[in-house]
Amino acid sequence: MADTYDVLIIGAGPGGYVTAIRAAQLGFRTAVIDREHLGGICLNWGCIPTKALLRSAEIYHYMQHASDYGLSVEKVGFDTAAIVKRSRGVSGRLNGGVGMLLKKNKVDVIWGEAAIDSAAKGNQPGQVTVKETKRAEAPKGAKGAGTYSARHIIVATGARPRAIPGIEPDKRQIWTYYEAMVPEAMPKSLLVMGSGAIGIEFASFYRTMGAEVTVVELLPQILPVEDAEIAALARKRFEKQGIKILTGAKVTKVEKAADSVTATIEGSDGKSQQITAEKLISAVGVVGNIENLGLEALGVTIDRGVVVTDGLGRTNVPGLYAIGDVAGPPMLAHKAEHEGVICVETIKGLHTHPMDKGKIPGCTYCQPQIASVGLTEAKAKEQGFSVKVGRFPFAGNGKAIALGEPDGLIKTVFDAKTGQLLGAHMVGAEVTELIQGYVVAMTLETTEEELMHTVFPHPTLSEMMHESVLDAYGKVIHS
Amino acid sequence: MPINVLMPALSPTMEKGNLAKWLKKEGDPIKSGDVLAEIETDKATMEVEAIDEGVLAKILVPEGTADVPVNDLIALIAAEGEDPGSVQAPAGGGGDAKPAAAASPADQNTTPGGGHMSYERVNEAPGGATPTQGAPAKAESAKAESGKPNGAAPAESGGRVFASPLARRIARQDGIDLSAVRGSGPHGRVIERDVRAAIAGGTAKAGAPKAAAAAPAAAPAPAAPPQKAAASAPAGLSLDQVRGFFQKGAYEEVPLDGMRKTIAKRLTEAMQVAPHFYLTVDCEIDALMKLREQLNGSAGKDKDGKPNFKLSVNDFIIKAMGLALIRVPAANAVWAEDRVLRFKNAEVGVAVAIDGGLFTPVIRRADEKTLSTISNEMKDFAGRARAKKLKPEEYQGGVTSVSNLGMFGIKHFTAVINPPQSTILAVGAGEKRVVVKDNAPAVVQMMTATLSCDHRVLDGALGAELIAAFKSLIENPMGMLV
Repeated sequence: MADTYDVLIIGAGPGGYVTAIRAAQLGFRTAVIDREHLGGICLNWGCIPTKALLRSAEIYHYMQHASDYGLSVEKVGFDTAAIVKRSRGVSGRLNGGVGMLLKKNKVDVIWGEAAIDSAAKGNQPGQVTVKETKRAEAPKGAKGAGTYSARHIIVATGARPRAIPGIEPDKRQIWTYYEAMVPEAMPKSLLVMGSGAIGIEFASFYRTMGAEVTVVELLPQILPVEDAEIAALARKRFEKQGIKILTGAKVTKVEKAADSVTATIEGSDGKSQQITAEKLISAVGVVGNIENLGLEALGVTIDRGVVVTDGLGRTNVPGLYAIGDVAGPPMLAHKAEHEGVICVETIKGLHTHPMDKGKIPGCTYCQPQIASVGLTEAKAKEQGFSVKVGRFPFAGNGKAIALGEPDGLIKTVFDAKTGQLLGAHMVGAEVTELIQGYVVAMTLETTEEELMHTVFPHPTLSEMMHESVLDAYGKVIHS
Repeated sequence: MPINVLMPALSPTMEKGNLAKWLKKEGDPIKSGDVLAEIETDKATMEVEAIDEGVLAKILVPEGTADVPVNDLIALIAAEGEDPGSVQAPAGGGGDAKPAAAASPADQNTTPGGGHMSYERVNEAPGGATPTQGAPAKAESAKAESGKPNGAAPAESGGRVFASPLARRIARQDGIDLSAVRGSGPHGRVIERDVRAAIAGGTAKAGAPKAAAAAPAAAPAPAAPPQKAAASAPAGLSLDQVRGFFQKGAYEEVPLDGMRKTIAKRLTEAMQVAPHFYLTVDCEIDALMKLREQLNGSAGKDKDGKPNFKLSVNDFIIKAMGLALIRVPAANAVWAEDRVLRFKNAEVGVAVAIDGGLFTPVIRRADEKTLSTISNEMKDFAGRARAKKLKPEEYQGGVTSVSNLGMFGIKHFTAVINPPQSTILAVGAGEKRVVVKDNAPAVVQMMTATLSCDHRVLDGALGAELIAAFKSLIENPMGMLV
C-alpha cells in the first residue's frame, strides 16, 4: 500500500502535533489528521487566544490605574474588534507555525474526518478512513480524503465544551468559549457558569472590560481543584474587582429573551434567585471527543467517556493508542504533549515511565493569576501525610511592591517526615511563570534542604518561593 | 567497582541450580561473550556467558556446588583498570537486592490447593488485556529490581551512588542501603520509587543482609496493585533480561492481548501441572477416504443446489474420538484436585486457529451426533471462532481435544493438553506411504496421530486402549455410522 505510515495521529491539537513531531524525530513515517485547525483548541480557541485577550485586559487595567505609577493617560478606551483581531492574529500566526514545524519534520498533514476501521494485526497495518470535511479549508499541501493505513494509530482528538441539558449553547445568548473568544461587542452583563480555569478567565476578562459579571459555581469553592486558601484569597480579589460570586449554587433554569437570558439559581440554602444578563457563558468543563471514531466497534475499553490506557498511551487494543484529553484528566495541553511523547517513545521501544500525574502544574490567567502543582494542603492531609506548610505573602517581597502588586501568596506543602515537597500553590502577579521552579524541584525529588540551599536572585518574585520554603521550617526572613 | 556475576535463571521456573563447572579461573581475563561456567538444572546443562569485560577476580561459589539459588552472587569480575586483588565481595551479597524478581515465578505458579487449576476463558472478549493503572506500576517495580541482563550488580558497592535527595533521605530514615538499590531514574539514578520498592520488598536493609536474603519479598508492598493483573503467565526472564540479549532496535515490542496472555498462562500451567506422556499410532485411512467420498456424494441438496453437508476428515476424527471415549469409559474423565470427574457422554474440543491465537470449541455428545451434524456444527464454530463470536459455554469444558495440523503438511507432532481436559490428539497429514501388507509392499494412505495424556488420569495402558479404539474406528469407519 502506498500510504502505510508507522504512526498515524488523529487530531493535530497540542497533543497530536507534538506527538507527530516527536514520532518523526524518532524516524517514524508519520502523519497527522485534523478536520479543523492545526494546533487544536488550545492554539485556536483556548489557551493562546485567551492569553491575548487577557493581555489586552491587563494593559487596559494598567491604563486605568496609570496614575498609580505617576503616569497620565488622556483618554482610556478600547476597540472590541481590534482586541479580537489581535487575538485571532496571535492564533493565526502560531497556527501557521505549527504547519511549518510539521513540514520541517516531514510529517504529512491529512485533512478531514477520521474513523478507524481496524487496528494493526500481525503484519497487517491498521486502517483509517478520512472523509472530506466542510468545517475548514485544508492547509496547503495537506492530503485529502481517502483510506490510510498505519502500524500505530494514536487517538488525540481532544475535548469539547460540556453541554448541560436545558442550557445548551446557542451561539447567541448562551456562549461557550468559542463565542466568548470573539465578541462583536462587549456585553454589559454576563453570567458565567462554572469557576474552573475557563470560566474564571472569561469572568476576569469581561469584568476588566467593564461588564457586570456573576460567576455561579456548583461546588462550595471557586477554582475547585486549587488549594482552599488560595481559592479564598482569589475570591476576595475577584469580589473586590466587582465580580459577583455564588458558590454552592446551581443554575436550575434558563429563559431566553430577545437579547438577554434570565437564570434561576438555587443556592445551597435552597433559596432561589433570578439573575438576568446579556450573555451566559457555559464553562462547566469539557468532555472527550471519543465519538464517531469507530472505537466501540474495535472493542476499545472506555470508562465514563475516557479511553482507558496503561499510562504509556496503550489502549487494550494492540496498535491503538490514546493521549491527551480523550485519555482522561487533567485535560491540559502540556499533559497531552507529555503523554504523546511518552506514547511514541514507548512505541519506539525506548525506556519510558508513565507520567506522574501528581506533578503536572496548572495555571489560570485571571487577575490575579493562579498556579499550582501537586497536592493541596487538604488533599495531603487526606492522604495521611503529616504536613509542614509554608506561606509567604507578596506584601513581603520587594519586587512585588515595586511592581505595584502587593497582593498574593505563595504556599508550600511538605511531608513533615521526609521533607518531600508535596505541593505548591500560588496566587498573585506572574505566578504562572514562577510555578515551574517548584515543578523542577519536585521532579528531581528535592527536599526542603536543597530548596533552602538554592540561591534565588534578588530582586525577583521568585524570592518568595524561597521564603515560603523557609517559612515551612520556621526560618522565614522577611515575614 | 567490581561487577557481580549472579546465578542466572535458565528457565522461567528455575529457582536454583548446580554450579557444575567453572570454565575460567580467578585471574583470567574475561571478554563479553566468554563462557564463564556451566550450570546444571534438573533438565539441562547451560552455559553462563559474560556480558562484561574485565578480569575474573573472585569465584565465590566453587564448582560442584548444588542448589545455588537464582540471583545468588557467584563471582566477581574486576572492571578494566581495577586491581583484581583488591576486589571484595560486598557485605550484603550482591544478589540480595532482587529476590523479588526471583520469587515471583513461584508466587504465580502456586495456586492454592496444590495442583488445582481453574478454568479460565480463553477469549474473555478480545479486550481481555484491559490495562490497569496498576500494571505499569508493577512493571516498573519489577524493572527497578531486576536489573541488567544476567543480573549484573546493583549500584556499585563503595562507589558513588547517584540518588535523588528524597531517595537518600527516605533510605536513611528506613535504614536502606542505597548501594543495594537498583536505580530506575535517568542514568540509573536511585529515586523515591526505587527506595519505596526496596522497603516494600524487605530488601537492601543495611546491616541485616543475610536476614533480608532469607526472607525475600514474600509480601508485596501494601499499596502494590494485585499481582495477577500484571503478569498472566508465570514470569520467566524479566523484560529487561530478555531485552538485554538483543540489540536495541533489532526488535519491535508487541503488547500482549488477552488471548495471548491466557494461552501463555494456561498452557504453561498445563505443561507444569499435568504430567504429559505421548502415544503415537499410524492409521490407515483408505477406507475412510472412500466412505467419505461416498457419503459426500450421497448428500441431499437444498433448494439452492448446495449439498446438505460436506464431511471433512476431521469430522471423522472428532466422531472417532467421541466414540473411543465411550468405548474406554475410564479415559472419559478429567482431573479435579482430589478426584477425577468421569463423564457419560463424550465432549470433544476442536482446536481452531484464528489470527493471533486459537479457540477450542467443544462438540458436546460427539458420540451420539451424526457425522453430518458434527460437520455442520464445526463449520458454524469455526466461522464464529474466527470472528471471535463464540460464547464462553461453547469453548469451555471438554474431556479431550483434536488438534489437526495435517493441512500444513505436518506429519507428526505432540500437543499440550488444554486444561481441564485430560487428553489431546495431535493429528498429522494423510499421505500415501509404502507399508508391508501380507508380506508385500503396498501403497496405502496413512495418517499419524499422537495422543497426549495427563498421567494423573490415564496410565500408559489406558491411554493405549483409548488410542487403539480410535485407530480401530478410523480404519473401520463404518463403525461410526451405526
